[in-house]
Amino acid sequence: MLEPISIDIAGLNLQALLPMAILTIGALALICVDLAVKGLNRSFLTMITILFIVLDFGAVIGYKGDVRGFFDVLLVDGISLIAQVIILVASALFLPLSMSHRHFREFKMAEFYALFMFMIVGFQCMVTSDNLILIFIGLETSSLALYTLIALHNRAKAFEAAIKYFTMGALAAGFYGMSALIFYALTGSVEIHQIEQVLQERHFQPLVGILAATIFMVAALGFKLSLVPSHTWTPDVYEGSSAPLAGYMSIVPKIAGFVVAMRLFEMLVASGVVWLEYVLYAAVVLTMTLANITALVQEDVKRMLAFSSISHAGSMMAAILIGTTQANTALFVYWIFFLFTNLGAFTMLWIVRHRENLWDERYQHPYTKFSGLVKIMPMTATIMGIFMFALAGMPPFSVFWGKLYLISAAINSEYIGLAIVIAINSAVAVYYYMKLVVYMFLHEPVTIDARLYATNASTSLKVIVGFAAIVTIFSIAFVEPLLEVITHYVASSGF
Amino acid sequence: MEHILSLLVFFPAMAGLLGFLVVKESIRAYGICVSAIEFVLSLILWMGFDTSNPGYQFVEFFPFVPSYGMNYYLGVDGISLFLIILSTFITMIALIGLSIEKEIKNLVITVLFLEMTMVGVFVILDVVWFYAFWELSLIPMLYIIGAWGSANRMYAAIKFFLYTFSGSVLMLVGILYMGYLYHDATGIWSFALPDWYALQVPFDAQLWLFGAFFIGFAIKVPMFPFHTWLPYAHGQAPTIGSVILAAVLLKMGSYGFVRFSLPLFPDASVYFLIPVAIICVIMVIYAAMIAYAQEDMKQVIAYSSISHMGIVILGTFAMNGEGITGSIFLMLSHGIVSGALFMLVGVIYDRRHTKMMKDFGGLASVMPNFATIYGIMLMASVGLPLTVGFVGEFLSLAGFYRINWVMTLLAGTGIILGAVYMLVLYKKSFFGEVVHVENKTLKDLNAKELSALIPLVALVAILGVYPKPILTTIDASVEKMLVLMDQKALQDTTKELLMKANTIGGNH
Repeated sequence: MLEPISIDIAGLNLQALLPMAILTIGALALICVDLAVKGLNRSFLTMITILFIVLDFGAVIGYKGDVRGFFDVLLVDGISLIAQVIILVASALFLPLSMSHRHFREFKMAEFYALFMFMIVGFQCMVTSDNLILIFIGLETSSLALYTLIALHNRAKAFEAAIKYFTMGALAAGFYGMSALIFYALTGSVEIHQIEQVLQERHFQPLVGILAATIFMVAALGFKLSLVPSHTWTPDVYEGSSAPLAGYMSIVPKIAGFVVAMRLFEMLVASGVVWLEYVLYAAVVLTMTLANITALVQEDVKRMLAFSSISHAGSMMAAILIGTTQANTALFVYWIFFLFTNLGAFTMLWIVRHRENLWDERYQHPYTKFSGLVKIMPMTATIMGIFMFALAGMPPFSVFWGKLYLISAAINSEYIGLAIVIAINSAVAVYYYMKLVVYMFLHEPVTIDARLYATNASTSLKVIVGFAAIVTIFSIAFVEPLLEVITHYVASSGF
Repeated sequence: MEHILSLLVFFPAMAGLLGFLVVKESIRAYGICVSAIEFVLSLILWMGFDTSNPGYQFVEFFPFVPSYGMNYYLGVDGISLFLIILSTFITMIALIGLSIEKEIKNLVITVLFLEMTMVGVFVILDVVWFYAFWELSLIPMLYIIGAWGSANRMYAAIKFFLYTFSGSVLMLVGILYMGYLYHDATGIWSFALPDWYALQVPFDAQLWLFGAFFIGFAIKVPMFPFHTWLPYAHGQAPTIGSVILAAVLLKMGSYGFVRFSLPLFPDASVYFLIPVAIICVIMVIYAAMIAYAQEDMKQVIAYSSISHMGIVILGTFAMNGEGITGSIFLMLSHGIVSGALFMLVGVIYDRRHTKMMKDFGGLASVMPNFATIYGIMLMASVGLPLTVGFVGEFLSLAGFYRINWVMTLLAGTGIILGAVYMLVLYKKSFFGEVVHVENKTLKDLNAKELSALIPLVALVAILGVYPKPILTTIDASVEKMLVLMDQKALQDTTKELLMKANTIGGNH
């Protein structure tokens, strides 16, 4: 017999739900409008979705309420606010990419935009909660929407990618469920802070149970974050999806995953159980190194970027392993810069997309496609080159500052070995990024027909690329304000 | 004169950006003008430089990321002043002598960006920014070698890039660790070099940090056994690339030793003195022997560069005024001489499209002016007294003599070996009968080449006879640095060695 619950409506802090509510209403409204009015143009759909995201952004920025809300299920702390801002900015930057010169089926359908908004709601739920069940719901909402978005691209490879992602995702969801179950069985709670409390009182006994729960959780989140060995889906899924969606996938689902990982693992690493640190350490080093080495031998730029984004995710996990305030700040700074640069790089691929695989039977964007691009389209080649050097961590471009702060965080916490591994990995990474630069700048062009490279270019794509390039080049100007704001928020939420 | 250093750094870059708007036909003239203005600016800097002040002058400071101690911090002292002038001078000369027609616009703009990074490396006093300029200098060079080089250019360009990049990422870890130590000791973040100078680093940490910085610098210099990228890069690079690479980029590494390794880690520098000196002696002798075995004229000069850089580093690690001042002077003289030699090889390559010595012979009778200038530069490279090469080599070796006379003697054989391979080169190419028919009709130096080469010849003679104004300016800053090293030294052995190195008349 359950106790009757009586709670004051003001105590529910419904304001905490507002950001998610806005997009849910937006998505539902869009579906209704689509039912009533047929043949809405993609520009309308894009802009209306961006407007809802802007509203959501306002609700996030303007949030003044309690940290806890809605039966204490929601947790709107500093890292959740930063993560939501990153998610929303990336989403708003992604949407204009639908207005490419050529028309694609998925961007004509209102469902795409509705699903997109539901997906964002899912991500927001993941980052604004420390309740394992709500996180799970968020994870599944976003993942299911994302599988569909990939499949909507309507190419054989896209279906393959969606199904591959779905099957692997289902497995990961199973792992997640098992892990949550074990935690609940051990502690009688599904809320991370309570789990932590109980475990600490019991000095992390029984060890076997916690080990099992953690391993399941590493596997489940490792899938989302594409940590080795559960990274194998990444290149295929990225290759199958449209370039902007692949870029989006390399950023947004991961930041949501990082926040969850941060909440869970930092509690566990701080427990002082040594083997746990080893497990994570091994995952981090393997993810960075193996992904980098595999990226070296790729023949397709998109697959190379996929492997490189795995490697970047590996260095982010290093931040979670280190676990100091500086490391967590570094994670967010790194990811914000990575957002602009990586999205920019994928957008470049979107611009040079051609309907047919003219350069290679197997791949859409083989390196040879970019041969001598500087002689055909100097501006495009230069911007792409800057993105590549930025991703490689070349100063003074964006990702370098994140990397700098991350390595510094590692050194300050006496993880010298880890710092050296990150540094050596960025030396390895420079080789495959440079390979593209070498093709673009040093090889002779295969074809001199510039139109082949611009079939998909449109003003809105160029604006997004220009914006990303400006942020990438002048990133030094944003370092100080970013550090200040993020350190404040991260420290205030106790990470 | 308030912001002359910022102007020096960013003027070429700005001009490079505007250069995109200049049409192809005028871009060479544009490049020469810009680099000449830049050179004049650097001369103005010298004129405004107070030689009696050994500290940093024209300092500019702007806190960029104050919460993490990263600043925009510029300053120049006797050590860096002439390297800046060398950079601007060589860029100008290289552009005057430029003979490439293909894609010349991209080339000139790239060289101007390269000039920004070179000047930046020498004037910056914030270590993170130093790292940024250091890394940025790789990109233009990658492009120059890779796009305008000869057949195997891509391999050479990538090898050059990867070698230097991987060396410097370890240096980055070192830089950040040093920042951490500074924060640990003082409670504030700072990456300003003068702040770091004030910090006494624990001995164990010094050893590791010295190692991290050493790898970054040693690859750039390049020191044995990290030297293998250099012959490739020189072999494939176009003339302008070789000139700038040999004259300025290599000096970044040796400058790093003087600027960072010695004053920041005096104990570690003394601790590693003998191993480093052994590497230097190996460089001097081994590279000279390889140079002797080369058949390609450009490779001879490339290996002779390695050999000379060995003496530069040896002089740096002499830990006394003569040695360090001499090594900095040798950097300058090697910049002038090797720049000129590479340019001369470029001249003959433009005419004959070969660099093999066996394809020449008897050039002295066909191209007398060319042969004369080549001869002068050769003598300067060997270190003939009254040429610019002698001063630096003599001072470096004299300085190291007080540390260890055996090694000095061994390194001194490098000069003899240098005379051997250089004179053999000269004999094979310039003396004897004109064997090949193609060589009979070769044209002597034209006005463009003469205007690029004559200033270099003049410098070789003037600085060889009267190097004093430069030496005294350098020496003041070097002495200041040595005092700092002595104050900072933690171990008695370091103090003893510094004492021994700086006392005249010590027993050996």
